[in-house]
Amino acid sequence: MLKLDGIEVVYGGAVLVLRGLSIEVPEGRIVALLGANGAGKSTTLKSVSGLLASEGGKVTRGSIRFDGKEIAGCAPEELVSRGIFHVMEGRRVFEDLSVEENLACGGYRRTDRSGMRADLEMVYDFFPRLRERRRQQAGYLSGGEQQMLAIGRGLMAAPRLMLLDEPSLGIAPLLVQEIFRLIERINRERGTTILLVEQNANIALGIAHHAFLMEGGRAVLDGPAESLRSSDEVRQFYLGFSDHGGKKNYREMKAEIRRTHGGEVNDGIA
Amino acid sequence: MDFTFLLQLLINGLVVGSIYALVATGFVIIHKSTGALNLAQGEFLMVGAYVCLYAMTTFRLPFAAAFPLTLAFTALLGVLIERVVLRPLLGSPVISVIMVTLGLAGLLRSGLQFFFGTDTRAFPELFPSAPVMLGVVPVSQGYIWSVAGVTVLLTALGLFFRYSRAGLALRATASNQQTALSMGISVKRMFALSWCIAAVVSAIGGVLLGAIRGGIDMSLGHMGLKVLPVVILGGLDSVPGAIVGGLFIGVVENLTGGYLDPLLGGGVKEVVPYIVLVLILMVRPSGLFGRKKVDRV
Repeated sequence: MLKLDGIEVVYGGAVLVLRGLSIEVPEGRIVALLGANGAGKSTTLKSVSGLLASEGGKVTRGSIRFDGKEIAGCAPEELVSRGIFHVMEGRRVFEDLSVEENLACGGYRRTDRSGMRADLEMVYDFFPRLRERRRQQAGYLSGGEQQMLAIGRGLMAAPRLMLLDEPSLGIAPLLVQEIFRLIERINRERGTTILLVEQNANIALGIAHHAFLMEGGRAVLDGPAESLRSSDEVRQFYLGFSDHGGKKNYREMKAEIRRTHGGEVNDGIA
Repeated sequence: MDFTFLLQLLINGLVVGSIYALVATGFVIIHKSTGALNLAQGEFLMVGAYVCLYAMTTFRLPFAAAFPLTLAFTALLGVLIERVVLRPLLGSPVISVIMVTLGLAGLLRSGLQFFFGTDTRAFPELFPSAPVMLGVVPVSQGYIWSVAGVTVLLTALGLFFRYSRAGLALRATASNQQTALSMGISVKRMFALSWCIAAVVSAIGGVLLGAIRGGIDMSLGHMGLKVLPVVILGGLDSVPGAIVGGLFIGVVENLTGGYLDPLLGGGVKEVVPYIVLVLILMVRPSGLFGRKKVDRV
């Protein structure tokens, strides 16, 4: 459904953030994009949703194909119309608008009023807390509720591909679990394809079908979520588990991954 | 006589204030959605008044035709200005945008002078001149029509922002541009729309003012300056603030003018709005209704 092939992204004409990233997201799946801060995960989502341009970024090489058609450089409004919706990092609800108005904004590009009414009910079924607070100003919701609102707003667009950026950011652990269960449900019940960026690799691998590990602007490793979950070095390197007792230092682990997978690992330090 | 005099001043103040409110609303709409301060708001008002006058005198159109034509013209002008002058500045510092609107004001003003000259031009009488008695106070019909017009317009704007799809998108853009973009809202189009609305409401203010005063000249543009105390008082990003601020400044201006001018030898009326401006900036910089950041506990 979505295929990124060797893309490079440059910010402000100078800073190279993505260096030949290739990933693929098959229809109907949840694909997770994991990696440390600064690996280029959010940039990847922005280059797919077209929000890159408003931040001074540009795809300078490679191709981004959605349903086989090149979409690199398309305007965000066109991409929303085509069925790609980006739920941005940090919730970003419209604070001055009510919960229901926020949801209406999600359906801005839609023209089928009856479908939107039905979807509003569906969002309220997914997130009953939002129904209770539908008339409240969104700025007064709790962090978790705002994240639900951000995702609900995405649902209102009835996208075929939903890009989710760090839905766990700044949210209490119990709520994080609830939100991830809902993301899984959205994928299962609505058939929405999901590309998920997450720092919390453990929880992301819990719901994803497939995952990519990113380092220094490219994918260094990928595989089915279960096998990554059980893979030793991934557990040590990204999930913080160690089966051997005692911690290895970061550099050692990096070298190990490089040895095993042949890719160059670049964290900007070495 | 005293009470009638007071009422007369109050009514004058409310009428002029309602026009301030209208122009200030245009100013606030642009500021809220694009972040720019439009210092050419007063010139928009002049354009409205002169275009309507031109259509009625030179083309001999009836007001019913000249007015919609004026609206269409200023709407187009607003969009054009956004497209040609402001869009290239997207992402520039606010100060450059403000400077550009200052240049724009000069440009529009000179253009009008070039076309219409600097003499005062008589504005065709739109309303019957016989005053209506409101209780004991005689009020000119133009005033009543003007206030009614402003009320209808502001209500319509309020409904537009609250219930229409474009109004919602405008508010979303004002709240957070990047997020609005991610909803598929074309922020550029929203910018154009705000300039369009601002130009149109100011033009309506200009026409009303011309009709009330009976004549227009270049001093009409001073309204643009008068808008600053109004929006500072009400809060730069609050439409209700613009309305309350407009009425307040209008009333204060007329009351002080009526009572203090004879004592102090005139001119108080002109100064008072700016005294209010300075006081507000000292006491409450975000204005009466300015946005208070939502704080969650």
